[in-house]
Amino acid sequence: MSENVITGLIAPDVAAGQAHVVPALPSSLWVYLSATPLFWLTATLIVWLVANAAARKANGHPLVNPVLISVVVIGTGLTLGGVAYPAYFEGAQFIHFLLGPATVALAVPLVRQIKLVAANLLPMLAALAAGSVTAVLSVLALGALFGFPEALTVSMAPKSSTAGVAMAISKGLGGDPGLTAVFVILTGITGAVIVTGLMNRLRITDYAARGFAAGLASHGIGTARAFQVDPVAGLFAGIAMALNALVTALIVPLFL
Amino acid sequence: MIQGIAWLLGFQLLGESLSYASGGQVPGPVVALALLALFLLATRRLPAAAAMEQSTGKVADGLLANLGILFVPAGVGIIQHLDLVISMGLPILAAILVSTVITLVVTVWAFTLAKRLEQRWRPKS
Repeated sequence: MSENVITGLIAPDVAAGQAHVVPALPSSLWVYLSATPLFWLTATLIVWLVANAAARKANGHPLVNPVLISVVVIGTGLTLGGVAYPAYFEGAQFIHFLLGPATVALAVPLVRQIKLVAANLLPMLAALAAGSVTAVLSVLALGALFGFPEALTVSMAPKSSTAGVAMAISKGLGGDPGLTAVFVILTGITGAVIVTGLMNRLRITDYAARGFAAGLASHGIGTARAFQVDPVAGLFAGIAMALNALVTALIVPLFL
Repeated sequence: MIQGIAWLLGFQLLGESLSYASGGQVPGPVVALALLALFLLATRRLPAAAAMEQSTGKVADGLLANLGILFVPAGVGIIQHLDLVISMGLPILAAILVSTVITLVVTVWAFTLAKRLEQRWRPKS
């Protein structure tokens, strides 16, 4: 389809040797561009660069979270421009694809810091057990307290694990995977925004512990925040994210 | 750089295959993370592995330093459920906030407590 659009715009004029007549710009250009992967891919990169520059200018202040800013700006743009999410994802999928390789990439800092990781093995296991159970049980308790319908609680239970795993768990137990995806994103952003202030208030100075908590409670978005603060925090967040994905898949069915 | 990308994708491919073959209990990239870590550890002292570590390291550092942007495409997906987010209102947002705070606190306390106990019991080396 896009090829026809290109041909329609340019080829006849060129072929006839006429001056290039531009048909009803800019609205037709917008219609054309907003349907190409190139536009939304470029838009995502540029919005991220600006959001990231803002975060750096704010000295990494937790409220100036580049993921949050980018999601709000692009989401607003799509809504105002009347562009459907699948059309956006057509371009953004190239960035989304890199989530897999980025997870594999965690092996590199893991091996570089293998002594530090080995020295924290026991604390990590204790934190993993306590944290993943708490993440699920706290949702069940709050769901009962607020009187959520069963399907809603099920959809929220795996919210601290990474999106793909959480959606699979929710689907398997009769939840709504789409809803789960929303809860996962909200949890990630919430954790990324509050973790620094919370850990400072608790006077936790061990970046391994801080990072582990960030990755466990708020998966990849928390891990991205941890890498923004400190490389050791980022590494432990990444480990916690990977481990919690496994443990959450095992324990959610036990509690529901 | 291409070498590093090829290593990461190659291991991911291997991880996805093993994950698929074993019923998909563990996500492919997580299997690949473990495999690559084991491979890097096992070959660490071989001179031939230095080039691999360097090329993979460069790409890995680049990806992890910019991890945040990788969550933007999925994050924007929230616009598909915007009416829902607005209509579900405060109790749901409160549940997510409270649960996240409790999880962060319990996790970090368990971590630091276990570390302190371990240091108390372990003979000084």
